[in-house]
Amino acid sequence: MSKTDTAIQVTGLQMRYGDLVVLNGVDFSVRRGEVLVLLGPNGAGKTTIIEILEGFRGRSGGSASVLGSDPEHADEAWRARVGIVLQSWRDHSAWRVRKLLDHFGKYFGPYSTDERARPVGTDTLLQLVGLTDHAHKKVGELSGGMRRRLDVAIGLVGNPEVLFLDEPTVGFDPKARREFHDVIHRLADLQGTTILLSTHDLDEAEKLSDRILILAGGKIVANGSADQLRKEFSDQTEVIWTQDDQRHVHAGRDATSFARNLLAQHPEGITNLEIRHASLEDAYMTIVQTQETTRSQKEGKQA
Amino acid sequence: MKTMTSVIRLGLTRGWIEFWMNALSLQGLVGLFLAPTILLALLWMFRVREVEGVSFALLMLPGFLALQLTQEGLMGVANKLAFDREDGTLLRAKALPQGMPAYLIARVVVIVLSAFVSLMLVIIPGLFIVPSLATVGVAGFVTLVWVLALGFLALAPIGAVIGAIVKSPSGAVGLSILPMGIMIAISGIFYPLKTLPVISEIFPVYWIGLGLRSALLPEMAAAVEIGGTWRPLETALVLAAWAAAGLLLAPGFLRRMARRASGSEMEAGRRRYTQS
Repeated sequence: MSKTDTAIQVTGLQMRYGDLVVLNGVDFSVRRGEVLVLLGPNGAGKTTIIEILEGFRGRSGGSASVLGSDPEHADEAWRARVGIVLQSWRDHSAWRVRKLLDHFGKYFGPYSTDERARPVGTDTLLQLVGLTDHAHKKVGELSGGMRRRLDVAIGLVGNPEVLFLDEPTVGFDPKARREFHDVIHRLADLQGTTILLSTHDLDEAEKLSDRILILAGGKIVANGSADQLRKEFSDQTEVIWTQDDQRHVHAGRDATSFARNLLAQHPEGITNLEIRHASLEDAYMTIVQTQETTRSQKEGKQA
Repeated sequence: MKTMTSVIRLGLTRGWIEFWMNALSLQGLVGLFLAPTILLALLWMFRVREVEGVSFALLMLPGFLALQLTQEGLMGVANKLAFDREDGTLLRAKALPQGMPAYLIARVVVIVLSAFVSLMLVIIPGLFIVPSLATVGVAGFVTLVWVLALGFLALAPIGAVIGAIVKSPSGAVGLSILPMGIMIAISGIFYPLKTLPVISEIFPVYWIGLGLRSALLPEMAAAVEIGGTWRPLETALVLAAWAAAGLLLAPGFLRRMARRASGSEMEAGRRRYTQS
């Protein structure tokens, strides 16, 4: 992987508040165009990482680089290449949607380049997030889901090379969530935008991510695609079938051969055969629990 | 240079848009008209009374204007900054290239325009209610303008510092209302001057009141002031000193505020707001 292919590089990232250690040596990198999802329990440090990379927060140690610059000391030209999806709740409520996007777009005009035109036109943005019919509304009149889509539009107005989203779908209903996921897919596919997104929704992580980082206790405890994580951390498979109106379940690591034997032994009478692989949720629980156990063991030894 | 002019233009545009949005909203209208209406009603009630040949309403007017200016410059500024921080307006500005300087320019535009309009809402109708106001002459109005402008420059940075250090809008009100009340109480804008503590001469509100009296009241009224004169030079110097100190100090506090603004701070604000 050459250097220019890396959008984000984090090495030995540390964050402490007095005695409280929030991040304890975090390393990872994100390729250009990759969708990376940060997953972890509350308080694991997801928001802290994102805020450090956005340039909104200093760090206690380690290095961080986004598009080749240290976010803590980056200039306004860097700022123009980075998009941030903030969660609005009351700000700019008197502005009308179109006017706000128009106005925010103007900040990016001076940073337009041949490869990346800035800003993105307001009509394109409105269409992308599905707010065309609400463009004349005041921001304060939008529903929660529409508001969040506006947040995404604002994050995209500068045609960013890297986009940060911190728990973007909290409080979404299923329909809004689906629509939001569609927007993210379109972005990653069409524009090659690098996306770093945090969530504690496993289903969402699985749907959106090229790769998942699981964060627990201030460290990265797993790093891989949803498939890899599933296989690596939970190799249990369930074979479920019905025989003589009776439902049977077999759990083990040998699903394929077990099923082959089962069908060989009972050439007739087996119905509803189903092989269920461990879900990402199983893997996640294994990872987080293992991490918590080792930590409490360590603390036990120290005490 | 190119970005500089673009920042200034963005700030001015933003300020202009926000001023009108606020001015034309119900809340904004009430905020803009409430205080002037009350003050004008008081002027109206006292319009025929006279004290030693001077209209009582005219005597009240400098105090009213000083009150309006202090309210706008100190509490208005502090409150607006604290609100913008809590609701994420500031954070959005921070997420834009050159967003922070444009935001600050826009705030100055909104604050100056609001202060100007609220003062005009007292002064212009005041001309009709207090006929002797029209006789203050050109010199009087020139004094009025520079005292208001310099007084505003002396107060607004203090408001900005308060707005930058408090945690929440209610904190901004709390922290600005106390010094404001004390400064007004001991400023002589409403109380007889003879009983003033000397310390009041340190604070800008006393000098704003004095300057405004010198602009609007007849020459002979100076007899009751400290030293028996309007002391215009001292007024200008003290207010300029406050303005200079404030303008030197405030940017550091504003930078600190901008640096600390983050999503987690806003989230804490939201939680505070939704729980209360």
